[in-house]
Amino acid sequence: MKIPSTIIELHEDLKNKKYTCVELVEHYLGKINSQNKALNAFLTITDNEAFKKAKELDRIILDNPKAFDEFPLLGVVMSLKDIYLTEGIRTTAASKVLENYMPQYSGTVVHRLESAGVIVIGKANCDAWAHGASGENSDFGPTKNPWNIEYVPGGSSSGSAVSVSAGMTFASMGTDTGGSIRLPASFTNLVGFKPTYGVVSRYGVISMASSLDSMGHFTKTVEDSERIFNVTRGVDGFDSTVVDHAYKAENINKKFKIGIPKEYFAKGLDPEIESKVMNAAKEFEKMGVELINISLPHTKYAISVYYIVQPAEVSSNLGRFDGIRYGNDRESFGSEAKRRIMLGTYVLSSGYYDAYYGKAMKVRSLVINDFDEAFSTVDAILAPVSPSLPFKIGQKVNDPLQMYLADIYTVAANLAGIPGLSLPGGFSESGLPIGFQLLGKRFSESTLFDLGKKYQAVTNWHDQNPL
Amino acid sequence: MAVTEDEVLHLAKLARLNLSSSDVSNFVDQLSPIVDYFKELNEVDTDGVNETSQTTGLTDVFRADNVDVIRNLSQEKALSEAKNTSNGFFVVPAILNKE
Repeated sequence: MKIPSTIIELHEDLKNKKYTCVELVEHYLGKINSQNKALNAFLTITDNEAFKKAKELDRIILDNPKAFDEFPLLGVVMSLKDIYLTEGIRTTAASKVLENYMPQYSGTVVHRLESAGVIVIGKANCDAWAHGASGENSDFGPTKNPWNIEYVPGGSSSGSAVSVSAGMTFASMGTDTGGSIRLPASFTNLVGFKPTYGVVSRYGVISMASSLDSMGHFTKTVEDSERIFNVTRGVDGFDSTVVDHAYKAENINKKFKIGIPKEYFAKGLDPEIESKVMNAAKEFEKMGVELINISLPHTKYAISVYYIVQPAEVSSNLGRFDGIRYGNDRESFGSEAKRRIMLGTYVLSSGYYDAYYGKAMKVRSLVINDFDEAFSTVDAILAPVSPSLPFKIGQKVNDPLQMYLADIYTVAANLAGIPGLSLPGGFSESGLPIGFQLLGKRFSESTLFDLGKKYQAVTNWHDQNPL
Repeated sequence: MAVTEDEVLHLAKLARLNLSSSDVSNFVDQLSPIVDYFKELNEVDTDGVNETSQTTGLTDVFRADNVDVIRNLSQEKALSEAKNTSNGFFVVPAILNKE
C-alpha cells in the first residue's frame, strides 16, 4: 500500500476508494509491528481506539458528501507525544512517576484533532517530562534514529519524529519548549513546526516550562503543517495565554527579505551543516528572495538565560507531583528531572534569585529586542537548527552541560515567543539528515509557511525516506 | 566547586527530593560547571532593562464566572487516580503533630 505524501492526495485516494480508513490503520499497525521494537518510538499503541475511529470515519465518508470539507484532517493517522493527556489512555510523560496514569480528560489539541477526523494510533516516546535534546532521557529507553539506529533522533519529541520519519504514522504532535520539535525534525528529515507562543492552547498537556511551552507538530510537507495548524490554533477558553489572532492569507507575490544572522554561523558550527544551510539560502535567493546579513548580538547568552528560566519553571511545575492525587511519589523521578528540579530550585532560592533568575529575565528582554530589531528589516531569519549532526547514543549522557549546549540555535525563539519552521535541507556524507530553520516575528506563521512551501516546491529532500 | 554538598542537601530539602549519597556527589559535580557557565551573563549590561516573564503582553485575562459542566470533573473521576481516598476526599499524610 502506497501512502501519498500530502493530506490532499490522501483525501483523493479515500474519495476514490483506493483504500479505507480501516485499511490505513492496518497499514500503520503493520509498520509499527515490524519497526517499533528496533526504534522504540511508541509507549502505548491504541489499536482498538484507532479501529473504532476508522470505522466511524469510513461510515462518514459513505454517508456525508461534504465529509472532506467538514473534516479537514479526515483519515490522518497521528501519534501524540506522551505528554498530551488522552482520556482513558495511559499518559506517562515517559516518566516512571506516571507509568500507570490514566487521564480523566483530554486536552484542547487532542479534542480538536479528533473532531477534525484524526485517528490517534498511539502515544509517542520522548525524553521524560520533555527534558532533553536526544530522546535518551526517557524512563522507558531511548528512541533510535531510523536513518541510523546507532544515532539519536533528537529530542525531546523523539518518538513523535521517528514515528513519522519511519512511516509508522502520517503526522505527529510534539511540543517545543527549547527546540524539542525543530531539533528532532532536523535529525530525522521532517518538517517541524513551533507556533508563536500563545496561539495553540496548552490545556491538557503536561507542563514543562510554562512561559516557553509551544504545541506543534511533525509532517513531511509544509502544506500539511499549515493544515494541522489551522485546526489546533485559536482561543479555547481553557488556556488564558491564548490570544485571538486573525490569521489571513497575505504575502501574495510579496518580495521577501531573509536575514542571515552571523552569530548562528560562528565557531562551533559543523562545516557540513553550514554548507547545507547556505545552499538552502541560495535556493531562496534563486526564487527572488533578498538575503540580508544581520546580527542578533545576544544570541550567545540565550543558552544561559534558557537554562535558568526553564529549570526554574520546571521545578515549580514538577512540584505538583506528590503521588497523592495521581501518579507515583517523587522517588520515581529520573536523574534528568531531578537535575532540573535542583537547578531550578537553586536559581530561585533566596540569595541567588537576583543574580540568576532576575538577571536572566532581563537578558531575555535583550534577546527579544534583537529579534524585534531584525524583523524591522527582514521578513524571516534563516539559520541552522543544530550546531552538530545527530550524535551517537550514549555520547553525551554523562555531560549535561554539553547536552544543553546542543540547544544553542533553538532556545532563543522560545525565549522570544516567536514561530519557527524546521525544514529538510539535505544529508551529510555519512547519510544523516540536516535541517535548517526559518524564524519569523510573532504571528508570522503565514510567511513561514509560504516560504517553506516555495522551498519544498524546488527541492526534494523531504521525499527521501530511511530504508 | 560553585555548588557545595551542603547546598545540594539544602536544595533537595526545599524540592522534597530524597537523594542518595551518589546523587549528592553527582549533583555537586554536574551543577557546578552549569552554574559557572551562567556567570557569562555578568558581561551583559542590564541597567534599566525590564524583566520579561512572558511574551504575550496579556494582562488580567478574565472570563465569565459561570459554571461550565464540560470543565467540571465528577468527584468520582477526580478521585479515580488516587491511591487512598475516604468518603470522597483525598487522604494525605499528616503534617501536624497531635500534641
